[in-house]
Amino acid sequence: MKKEKTMKLSLPEEEFINSGHLACQGCGATLAMRYVLKATGKRTVVCIPACCWAVIDGPFPHSSLDVPIFHCAFETAASSATGVKAGLEMVGDHETTVVAFAGDGGTFDIGIQALSGAAERNDDIIYVCYDNEAYMNTGIQRSSATPYGAWTTTTPVKHFKNRPKKDIDAILAAHGIPYLATASIGYPEDLYKKAKKAKDIKGTRFLHIYTPCPAGWKSRPEDTIKLSRLVVQTGIFPLYEIEDGERYTINMKPKERKPINEYLKLQGRFRHLTEDQIALMQEQVDKNWERLLRRVSSEE
Amino acid sequence: MKKVIMGNHSLSYGAMLSRAQVISAYPITPQTQVVELLSEMCANNVLDAKFIKVESEHSAMASCIGASLAGARTFTATSAQGLALMHELLHWASGGRMPVVMGNINRAMAPGWSIWTDQNDSLSQRDTGWIQIYCSSNQEVLDTVIQAFKVSEKIMIPSMVVLDAFVLSHTYEVVDIPDQEKVDAYLPPFKPEFTLTPDDPHAFGGLTSPEHYFELRYMLQKDMEKVPALIQETAKEFEEMFGRYPGLVEAYRCEDADVTLVTSGTVGYTARVAVDMLREEGIKAGNLRIKVFRPFPFEIIRKILGEARKVAVVDRNISYGHHGIFYEEVKSAIYGFTKDIPIFGFIAGLGGRDITPEDLKGIAHYALKKDRPEEEIVWIGVKK
Repeated sequence: MKKEKTMKLSLPEEEFINSGHLACQGCGATLAMRYVLKATGKRTVVCIPACCWAVIDGPFPHSSLDVPIFHCAFETAASSATGVKAGLEMVGDHETTVVAFAGDGGTFDIGIQALSGAAERNDDIIYVCYDNEAYMNTGIQRSSATPYGAWTTTTPVKHFKNRPKKDIDAILAAHGIPYLATASIGYPEDLYKKAKKAKDIKGTRFLHIYTPCPAGWKSRPEDTIKLSRLVVQTGIFPLYEIEDGERYTINMKPKERKPINEYLKLQGRFRHLTEDQIALMQEQVDKNWERLLRRVSSEE
Repeated sequence: MKKVIMGNHSLSYGAMLSRAQVISAYPITPQTQVVELLSEMCANNVLDAKFIKVESEHSAMASCIGASLAGARTFTATSAQGLALMHELLHWASGGRMPVVMGNINRAMAPGWSIWTDQNDSLSQRDTGWIQIYCSSNQEVLDTVIQAFKVSEKIMIPSMVVLDAFVLSHTYEVVDIPDQEKVDAYLPPFKPEFTLTPDDPHAFGGLTSPEHYFELRYMLQKDMEKVPALIQETAKEFEEMFGRYPGLVEAYRCEDADVTLVTSGTVGYTARVAVDMLREEGIKAGNLRIKVFRPFPFEIIRKILGEARKVAVVDRNISYGHHGIFYEEVKSAIYGFTKDIPIFGFIAGLGGRDITPEDLKGIAHYALKKDRPEEEIVWIGVKK
């Protein structure tokens, strides 16, 4: 390869999202859509169930995206996308990428049946879960993606969430789908690369994207990027890929993982936690990280 | 070509001849043969369609809606619990104006588990904005599927073709299966004005404020009101090509009747037998079989029942705390539009209990004996 002398942009300049959308300041979900669409391009159809993005896009008759959108029922992101893909094939469009773009509630909870069905059939769709770790559009209620220790309006500080986040990636991997990746909006090149890779694979592809929500996490909008890098650097949300349900690749191995408190202390939703509770959480993160390393090495 | 087939296979042949492009379905007794035959047709390339073998009825309807929005002709079939599970998406299909056609085999709702026929499953979906057509023979099922695609795609409202569990779904009858060429001439390919395509990007079904929502629903109702005329028009075309008229209702010996039975589904055919038997006894009986239930064909029903002396509505369904549903619908359709006619409401055959010609004769005799209705509901054959 010829060495470039001028500075090269790390992402394509073309945008498929316009100003005027309705996202909150510092919304991670908006960046997730922006980067995914840069990778999948103009010939994309997006199925959006009930979630923040059902609002972000803008009310009828407006839309902030330059690609067609099907606003579908809450639990049907996967099954709607499956139908759209089949329909497009039957009318002779074999080129368009069909993306289901759902929040964590629509993926981990109410939409998991349809998602599991599509994954088992290996339907030819990209399923993106933008994970802001609670039902944010309805006003911060806990989902099964909410992490241990977090405050939400349905897990008040006296009864904060006492169960760990559901391991949705292990569940999807167990379906043996051709491609699964975790990504964070704090690492846009990595995210873009994964969405691009997903685009060129046939079958069910699952992208799990970490997207901070300042309104729901009680964090500062200007800390969104910082949080989405810290979450990786602490090992809370590692960046990895799983191919065919078994080949693991860790995309970023921090030399030394940062203590999780650096991440927690920027968010009001964890403010109530005691040192002991944080130590317990650190232990869990360490365990999860070791388990991931074991999964990688067992494949090597 | 004439063939002896079961009611369920009439649905399959109807979908095949209509060249359904995406079929998405989940098995439920007594619907299974519909999708078994369709999956065979797809596997043998008799039918060029994508068959999505989904993990629930909810996903079946969701993927039909997605495929329809992408511009494909879509078909599914279900029954009872499966239809109830689809409920949310029935609103989605009609509200989003996706002309999906679905077969529903009328089966009683659990608990207790029942696989036998009554109409509470489909009538519970009355207000979801679907066209509902109740069939009485296997021929009618096949013809109605083809016609339903034509009507639905013209007006962009989905259709439900309904048939009784076992009494029709598993009963074999001679059916004239029309030539593909003739069906193609009757039913042109589906070409919707807007589809989900990057060539013409739009957002479908987004957040709709009070400024717009009302009008969308007004438009749905206004289009629903056009459906009876559209069914008659497409039935006439159908008759010209195939020699059969799939209309709104079927009136049998109603003209001079002292008592007019009002029926639907297969009971409508049993009623013809009962009417003949009554006539032989010297009783002037008639039968009005309501085929299209939504939209309710007010005009033709007012015309036929306006001439009636006494009306006896037979319901194989119930709205708990109220009456039989057809009874209510008929009363509301004619009240204030015709002379005062005594209308009697009967409930029979829930959960698949047989409704015999004798039962129907008894109903006619009951109505003839009374001047006015004396009970909210007259129960037929119930062990009290």
